[in-house]
Amino acid sequence: MNSVKQWFRKGDPWVWLNGGAVAISMVMVIGLLLLVGYRGLSHFWPHTIIQGTYTDADNQPYTVIGEISDEEWVAASRVRDSGKDIPDDVKVVKRMLIKTGNRDVTGLDFRWLVADNLTDVTEPEDVMMVERREWGNFYGYLVAMKENGQVVASGDAALAELEKRLERALDLFDQIHDIETKQIGAINYQVERLRLKEKRLDLEGNLTPAAKEELAQDRAILDQEYAVLKAELDALNVEIGRDSMVARTMNDVEKEIPLKLVVQYKQPNKMGFFTKVADYFHQLWLFLSDDPREANTEGGVFPAIFGTVMMVILMSVIVTPFGVVAAVYLREYAKQGPLTRTIRVAVNNLAGVPSIVYGVFGLGFFVYFLGGSLDALFYPEAAPSPVFGTPGLMWASITLALLTLPVVIVATEEGLTRIPKSLREGSLALGATKLETITKVILPMSSPAMMTGLILAIARAAGEVAPLMLVGVVKLAPTLPLDGNFPYLHLERKFMHLGFHIYDVGFQSPNVEAARPLVYATAALLVVVIVVLNLTAIMIRNRLREKYRALET
Amino acid sequence: MTELNSDVIEGKKTMTAAEDAKKVEMRRKAVNMDLVPNKLEDEEICMEAKDFRLYYGEKRALHNINMVIPKKRVTAFIGPSGCGKSTLLRSFNRMNDLVDICRTEGEILFDNNNIFHRTVDVTDLRRRVGMVFQKPNPFPKSIYENVAYGLRIQGINKKRVLDERVEWALKGAALWEEVKDRLHENALGMSGGQQQRLVIARTIAVEPEVLLLDEPCSALDPISTLKVEELIHELKDRYTIVIVTHNMQQAARVSDYTAFMYLGDLIEYKDTDTLFTNPSQKQTEDYITGRYG
Repeated sequence: MNSVKQWFRKGDPWVWLNGGAVAISMVMVIGLLLLVGYRGLSHFWPHTIIQGTYTDADNQPYTVIGEISDEEWVAASRVRDSGKDIPDDVKVVKRMLIKTGNRDVTGLDFRWLVADNLTDVTEPEDVMMVERREWGNFYGYLVAMKENGQVVASGDAALAELEKRLERALDLFDQIHDIETKQIGAINYQVERLRLKEKRLDLEGNLTPAAKEELAQDRAILDQEYAVLKAELDALNVEIGRDSMVARTMNDVEKEIPLKLVVQYKQPNKMGFFTKVADYFHQLWLFLSDDPREANTEGGVFPAIFGTVMMVILMSVIVTPFGVVAAVYLREYAKQGPLTRTIRVAVNNLAGVPSIVYGVFGLGFFVYFLGGSLDALFYPEAAPSPVFGTPGLMWASITLALLTLPVVIVATEEGLTRIPKSLREGSLALGATKLETITKVILPMSSPAMMTGLILAIARAAGEVAPLMLVGVVKLAPTLPLDGNFPYLHLERKFMHLGFHIYDVGFQSPNVEAARPLVYATAALLVVVIVVLNLTAIMIRNRLREKYRALET
Repeated sequence: MTELNSDVIEGKKTMTAAEDAKKVEMRRKAVNMDLVPNKLEDEEICMEAKDFRLYYGEKRALHNINMVIPKKRVTAFIGPSGCGKSTLLRSFNRMNDLVDICRTEGEILFDNNNIFHRTVDVTDLRRRVGMVFQKPNPFPKSIYENVAYGLRIQGINKKRVLDERVEWALKGAALWEEVKDRLHENALGMSGGQQQRLVIARTIAVEPEVLLLDEPCSALDPISTLKVEELIHELKDRYTIVIVTHNMQQAARVSDYTAFMYLGDLIEYKDTDTLFTNPSQKQTEDYITGRYG
C-alpha cells in the first residue's frame, strides 16, 4: 500500500501517462501517413493481369481478365443472401474485386467475385491493358492493326506496329491539343476582348465608324488566323484517325479501338522488375503532370496542384504585409491600454471562427459586394456576365488571407516583443527616428517570427476546403489561372484545389471503385504539397534566424 | 551581479595598482603645480542643467539639479543604485522620452539652447549627444554595417565615404587592428569588450560632440574594462564625456570631475581629486569610504 503511494508520489505514473500520450499521437500520425501513402502510391504500380474461369450458379462459366484491386474475407451468409451458391459448411469466403475494364463492352468495369469459384487462374504474357481517353481501361489481346480500315499487321507483327503507330498518334495528339488549347484558345481570348472593346466603346458613345472599321479589321485578321489553324487542325484530325487497333476481349468480342483514343498500353505480365519500376515512376509523373479526364477519375491532377500552390502563394503575398503592418501598429505605435488589449483578444478569437463562416463572408462581401462593385465600375461592357463578381482565385486568396491574418499578427507581435529594448535604444541614440529604427533594426530582426506566422498560415490555408467551395474552387477548371495570354495572371478565374479534388473524386464521382485509389493518391499528394510549402518556409526562417541571432538575454 | 563584477574588477585591478598609484600621484603633482585648470568655474561649458526636475508619474526622481558639464573633459556620476545618475545622464539626450510616464521641468542647455524646447529636433540632438549603454548592444549586422548605421541614417551612402568613416571610427575606438580583416562578419561574434568598443565606434562615427557612457564597463571583464578606460582617456581630447559608474576606482581613474548623487539630489560636484581626497559633505565621505551601502 505504502509503496503504491510512494510510486505515485515519485511521479512515475505521470511519466508513463505523458510518454503514453506522446506514443499514441506518434502512432496515429505515422499510421495515417502510412495508410494514405501506401494506398495512394501503390495505385501506380503495374498490376499483374490474371485470367481465369468463373463458375457461378446463375451464369454459364465465363472467362475473366483483369487486375485484382482488392480482396476481403466476408461471412458466408452474407454472400449466400446475395444469391451466390456457397456450401453450408463454409463460414467465411474470400471475395476479390477484379477490375475488368471494358466498360463499353460489358457495362461495368469492376466486379466482386467469390475466390473459390474462380478457377484455372493464369497470368498470360501477352494479355494487354490499354488506357483510353474514353470508357476507361481495356483488357484483352491484341489481334491486328488497321490503317484506314485495312489490316496492315496481325498476330505477332501487330505489337511492333502498335508501338510505332501509337507513338505517331500521341505526337499528333499533342499537336492537336496544342492548337486547340493554346493557339485557338488565344484567338478566342482576343476575339472576346474585341467584343468587350466594341461594347465599351458603344457604352461610352465612342463607337465611331473609324473605330468600327478598325475593330472589323482586327477581327478579320483573327478570323484569318483561325481559318489557317482550323485547316491545320482538320488535317491533323484526319491523320490521327488513320490507325486503329483490333483487340479481343475476355468474352471473345473483337473490338476496334482508334489510336487517337489510346493514352498508353502495356503488358504488365511481361515486365521485369526494373521495367515495372520505370513504369511506376512514369505513371506517377503522368498523375502529377496531366489534366484530369473522365469526371476526374482518370488522368492527372496537375491543375489542382497548380491551383493549390498558386492560391497559397497569393494568400501569403496578401497576408504577410497586412499582418506585419497591423502587428507593428499594435505593438509599436498604439498606446497600450484597455482598447489595444480588447483588439488583441478580438484578433486572437478571430482565429477560432469556423472557416466556413469566412467562406460565407467572402462570398457575401468580397465576391458579391466588392466584386460586383468592381464590375460595375471597371467592366460595364462585360455585363450581364460578371468578371470579378463571381467566385475566383483572387477572392479565394483574400478570404484565406483573412482567415490566417490572426496567426500572422500574433506571431509577429510575439517576435516584436522579444527584441531587446537595448537595441531600440541603441538605434535611437544614434539619431535614428522611430520609423528608421523599426524598418532597419526591428523588422529585420523579427523576420523569423513573421516567417513562423506565415508557416502556420500556410499550414492552415493549404488544407482548407470548406470556404474555398464558396469563393472560387470548381471541380474542373477549363483554364489555368496563369497562361500565355496578356495579362498572364488571371485572378478572376476559377481554379482547382487538391482538397476539393479529394472531396469531388471521393464522393461526387460516378465510378467509386475507380476513384478510390485516386482519393488516397491525391490525399498523399496534398500532404506532400503542404509539407513542401512548409519546409520551404521553415528553411527560410532558419536562415533568417541564423542571420539575426539576437543578443542572448 | 554588479557587485560581483566590481569585485572581480577590483581584484583584477590590484595587478595594475602600482600603475594606478603612479597615475594618481602624477595628477596630484599636476594639481599642485596648477598645470591642469581644474576649477569648474574656469572650464568652457558644454551642457548645463538649470533647476532640472524629473518625474516618473507622481514620483519625483530628480530634484532641482544645477550643474555644468565642462567641454572636452570627463565627468563622472557616482552614487548608490537608484540615486538618479542614469536618469540624469539619459536626460542629456532625451532618452527618457521613451518612458511614457516621464515628465520634466526646468531646462538643460546645450549650446545655450534648451534641449526640451519643442522646436528641438530630438534625432539631431541624439546625433550630437551620443550614448553608450550598460550592456553592449551591437545590431545583429556585420561589424561594418554597425558602424555605418548612423551614417546611412544621415543619408551617407557613398561607399568610399563610408569606408573612410568606418575605418576612422574603428581606429578612434582602438578596434581597427583587431577587426580590419573581418569587417563583414557578424558583430555578435565578437567578445563583450570588443562589442562595447564597437558600440563606441558606432557612436563616434556620427561625430557627436558629447558622449554619454552609462556604466559602459559593468558587463565587461577586467581586461576589456581596462581597454575601454584607456579609450576614454584618448577620446577626451575630442569629445565631452559624461560617464556613469558604480565603480569609484574607475571614476577616480578616468574622470576630471565627479558628481556624487544621492536619492535624486546632486550632493557634491567638483574636481575628482578633491572630491575623493577631501569631500566637503558627510554623505559623500560616507559613500566613498564605503560606510554607506
